[in-house]
Amino acid sequence: MSVFAPRADVRDEPLTTVTGVPSRNDRGASDRRRRNGGRRIGSQAFLIILAIYFVFPIWWLVVAATKNTSGLFGSSPFWFDDHFALFENIAGLFTHQGGIYWRWLANSFVYAFAGGIGATVLAILAGYGFAKYRFRGRGAVFTIILGSVMVPLTALVIPTFMLLSQYGIINTPWAVILPSLLSPFGVYLMRVYTQDAVPDEMLEAARIDGAGELRTFFQVALPLLRPAIVTVLLLSVVGTWNNFFLPLAVLTDPDLLPVTVGLNRWTALSNAGAGGEQVWNLITTGSFVSILPLILSFLFLQRYWQGGLAIGSIK
Amino acid sequence: MTTHSTLAAPAAAVVPARPARRRAPRGGSKLEQRRQRWGWLFVSPFLLVFALFLIFPLFYAFGMSLFTSTLATGTKFTGIDNYLKAFSDPLFLEGLLRVAAFAVVMIPAQLIVAMAAALVLDTLVTRLASLSRLLIFAPYAIPVVIGALMWSFLYSPRFGPGATLFDLIGQPTPDFLASDTVFASLVNIVTWQWSGYYMVVIYAALRSIDPAIYEAARIDGANGWQTATRIKVPMISSSVVMVITFALIGTLQFFTEPVVLRNIAQGAIDAAYTPNMYAYSLAFSYSQFNYASAIAFSLGMLVFAGSFVFLFLTRKQSGLK
Repeated sequence: MSVFAPRADVRDEPLTTVTGVPSRNDRGASDRRRRNGGRRIGSQAFLIILAIYFVFPIWWLVVAATKNTSGLFGSSPFWFDDHFALFENIAGLFTHQGGIYWRWLANSFVYAFAGGIGATVLAILAGYGFAKYRFRGRGAVFTIILGSVMVPLTALVIPTFMLLSQYGIINTPWAVILPSLLSPFGVYLMRVYTQDAVPDEMLEAARIDGAGELRTFFQVALPLLRPAIVTVLLLSVVGTWNNFFLPLAVLTDPDLLPVTVGLNRWTALSNAGAGGEQVWNLITTGSFVSILPLILSFLFLQRYWQGGLAIGSIK
Repeated sequence: MTTHSTLAAPAAAVVPARPARRRAPRGGSKLEQRRQRWGWLFVSPFLLVFALFLIFPLFYAFGMSLFTSTLATGTKFTGIDNYLKAFSDPLFLEGLLRVAAFAVVMIPAQLIVAMAAALVLDTLVTRLASLSRLLIFAPYAIPVVIGALMWSFLYSPRFGPGATLFDLIGQPTPDFLASDTVFASLVNIVTWQWSGYYMVVIYAALRSIDPAIYEAARIDGANGWQTATRIKVPMISSSVVMVITFALIGTLQFFTEPVVLRNIAQGAIDAAYTPNMYAYSLAFSYSQFNYASAIAFSLGMLVFAGSFVFLFLTRKQSGLK
């Protein structure tokens, strides 16, 4: 909490500069106004440059999705070709390899939602348990979970693969979904949030009114946790949607791949392969279609993630 | 991280830390003690998953790493041999050095971009500012694989725009995928992908500072730069520590971007480019699961130790105790 202690360097130093005569102060003020005006323009320019840097690859993808293969190689990379081929490309996604692309997209949805929702439910329950009950062993268990946030999940992929293959669930959707339920960071966020957002007094009152523990949780605590729930859900859905290493390791059946692994496979084939396997236009259009759902959800859920992503970091 | 970890609801201003309020001692009555056991019920579903997919795989990997299996002799116990082999294996050591180099370059790059953007956004309340905040964040909504695919197109000499852009300034187009440039190309992809997310975290922390402090600083004659460097940055140090920790853990397990870029840059990125790629190729191309387990387990422990040391060194800034 040292953050809130007034810092000596901040408090003491500027004091020496204020004790000027009024005229000096006035000059200071006008200087400052001028400088502020200059800085504003500088700031705006800086933001525009940054925004261009972050957006131009996306713009490139939008444009590329509307080109056929010859357009991709032949025309200006940042502007549309004469021939608008987006719908041909989308039709191509339906016919190439029997429309497997849409299957991949559907798989991504299933994995992301099953894994993300499951992880969120587990995190809400555990966060509430850690925040509002004082059971024996709580501190030790929570410390272990907090420490595990620092264990890189990719280091677990190979042992998880070996374990799952022993149980024979390798190469099934469960091989991706079950490990995705693990979100120690989600538990940490939910615990920290629950601690402050759910007053003990309210829980006591509910109990005195005769509500059981489950009812207290569902009717009193849960509604108060909504912002944190949306955040944890967003983080874990995005995490599973993004996942590459795990499905790459545990899935070999082409019909089960998520869109990320599938598109990477097409790229590898197109780079290595003969003319017939080069589907550059389908890769660009497929990439474009696959990023739409998440981009749109982030646009519509702005209210939530803009504050919510910082939960746990503000102390 | 005990009872004093106060956290404000996201939008609300941060509540100044008050001394942890000790609750009246509980568990006096039998009934009360029984009630507290409900806590176990709430945490047990997570603990089950935690045990199955984190604790157990870790122990399993460690167990596997103590054996060696060859066609001639079958599987036999070899103790720490795999670890001795790993830490004298130039491929593994080079990979470790490489991700360490990535951490040294990539984390400051992301942090500087995120911090600069957040500080500028914090001083502006224009439509341009909120639009650019959204645009800078946009890459976070794109899966890492797709982001890396996009950049691999952009880097590609065949249809990349590099030639167009460098023709404009009359320079020869550099090869972004040569062995000496691919490092910078990867740094660029990661910076592009993650800076926006870190910016949002830092920006939210900045917004939670009480504006009265800026007023006081202005009366004291502090200019914008001084306010930023002497007040804002120190006050958000806990968020910065969190961002660096995430970036550190992410960088040391670098995998997806180099794997995707390898599609078009096989000469510059070999199969053991990062420790994770090495473990993957040992396991899935060479079926050396025992040795791959030793590599994966070593990497896991090194990352854990690294981030632990980092959090320990910065415990003052982060408020973690």
